[in-house]
Amino acid sequence: MATQHSRSAARLMMAPAVFVLLVWMLVPLCLTLWFSVMDYRPMRGTFDCCEGLGNYTRFVTSSSFQDAVVTTLMMVGGILLITVIGGILLALLLDQPIWGQGPVRILVIAPFFVMPTVSALVWKNMFMNPVNGLFAHLWRGLGMEPIDWLSQLPLFSIILIVAWMWLPFATLILLTSVQSMSSEQLEAAEMDGAGAFSRFFYMILPHMARAITVVILIQTIFLLSIFAEIFVTTGGAFGTRTLTYLVYQRVIESQNVGLGSAGGIIAVILANIVALVLMRIVGKNLDA
Amino acid sequence: MARAITTQRKITLTAVAWIIALLIFFPILWTILTSFKTEADAIADPPLFLNFHWTLENYAVVQDRSDYMRYLWNSIAIAVGSTALGILIAVPAAWSMAFVPGKKTKDILLWMLSTKMLPAVGVLYPIRLILIQTGLLDTKGALIVILTLINLPIIVWMLYTYFKEIPGEILEAARMDGATLRSEILYVLTPMAVPGIASTVLLNIILAWNEAFWTLTLTTVDAAPLTAFIASYSSPEGLFYAKLSAASTMAIAPILIMGWFSQKQLVRGLTFGAVK
Repeated sequence: MATQHSRSAARLMMAPAVFVLLVWMLVPLCLTLWFSVMDYRPMRGTFDCCEGLGNYTRFVTSSSFQDAVVTTLMMVGGILLITVIGGILLALLLDQPIWGQGPVRILVIAPFFVMPTVSALVWKNMFMNPVNGLFAHLWRGLGMEPIDWLSQLPLFSIILIVAWMWLPFATLILLTSVQSMSSEQLEAAEMDGAGAFSRFFYMILPHMARAITVVILIQTIFLLSIFAEIFVTTGGAFGTRTLTYLVYQRVIESQNVGLGSAGGIIAVILANIVALVLMRIVGKNLDA
Repeated sequence: MARAITTQRKITLTAVAWIIALLIFFPILWTILTSFKTEADAIADPPLFLNFHWTLENYAVVQDRSDYMRYLWNSIAIAVGSTALGILIAVPAAWSMAFVPGKKTKDILLWMLSTKMLPAVGVLYPIRLILIQTGLLDTKGALIVILTLINLPIIVWMLYTYFKEIPGEILEAARMDGATLRSEILYVLTPMAVPGIASTVLLNIILAWNEAFWTLTLTTVDAAPLTAFIASYSSPEGLFYAKLSAASTMAIAPILIMGWFSQKQLVRGLTFGAVK
């Protein structure tokens, strides 16, 4: 029963949000696109037209790009693997009737609220430090040589830190999904003699499939732009330079804006492919 | 009929769940404990769990040496400012999308989300350049605006899902009774929308407080919030565990508490309604 009048009022109310987001999205992106075809190095005072696609080919063919892509894939993949499998197990556990469900849940989700720089530094110094870190104490206590985590196993260490931060997110979403499952169905299956394993693989897992997909997609989008954790731990050294970090270094540290902008555009394109899939799923849900 | 669970099974499950939960929470617990230790106790081998000399001196030192209050104030100003600004822009938008949906509403919602997925690093340089040119680099105002823009899609989206749950019939009834648009919003809609707005505010303060890309790349001294303050402990100060822990505890405590209150909204806010 919306009238013409309320429609135009509605459009007016929506306008500011749409406008600021449009500006926010278009202006910087167009500038990046423009810089990406220029030879733009502020430190040398060059701002020359036109490289064409030169920056792109140079960026893509450099070995640091290929390394960065591999690093990014391994990092995102490793974190997803830990958080999704861990999240499923934790969600199933928290769904059980236990004493102190509330407090347990509060403890489990806490890492998500820790500032990225705090968790990275606490892990780096207080746990992974080869001399005074807790792991070093533990290793020595067990009679082993302590490991210098961030220089011997840098990628794995960062995966561990970030997975710790994102495990609560996966757990919480998967728990929501598990809890929406009908317990009568499960009981019926149990009566009919379905064991715990077949109940898990044929009933629970398919029910969670959608939530798992959502967790993977949303985490991928956030994980592709991991920054602070690398910034304060390794600074991109020892093979932990992701695509995001590589672009940051090109643009800010070595001030090769043309080249970095081309890299930025490539990062945008790659992220959009993931985003597109996610939007499909979210969009479908809007109709329901 | 509820399923009968044997007590023994419940005890085992409880024990397993508590052990895992405490392991996951341990780094936070350890940080809090270490913040009350002396530097010598903090690196003692074997580690001291509770039987150390409790002290508050680290908190005093962190405050004295690094002007903690200024960073704290910046964090508060940026988190609260960007959330308030975001709510101000998002409430009318979400309201109109929920109650006067048009053909394009769904597309606009999805498009808004897609801006959230733009990798920040792709636009870092232009943003920096604009801020340098306008003299706004390292100001709270610039960060407030940027964090508002990053979180605006989430704010609109969360409010939209909350507003959608308000039954439209109530509005119609109010209109029948002769309520004007103003009184309809003020007396009918607002009371029902307040819980949703409150959870949105809570979640966004958390997100803005912890945001660590723009706050690290666009600040140096004046506008630096707690994320940058902690990053400055990267080295070598980070090796003073007790002080690092005190600084960390102060940086995470308020948000940890808020976060525990907002755990339900977290799912809704971060999955854009895809998981309910």
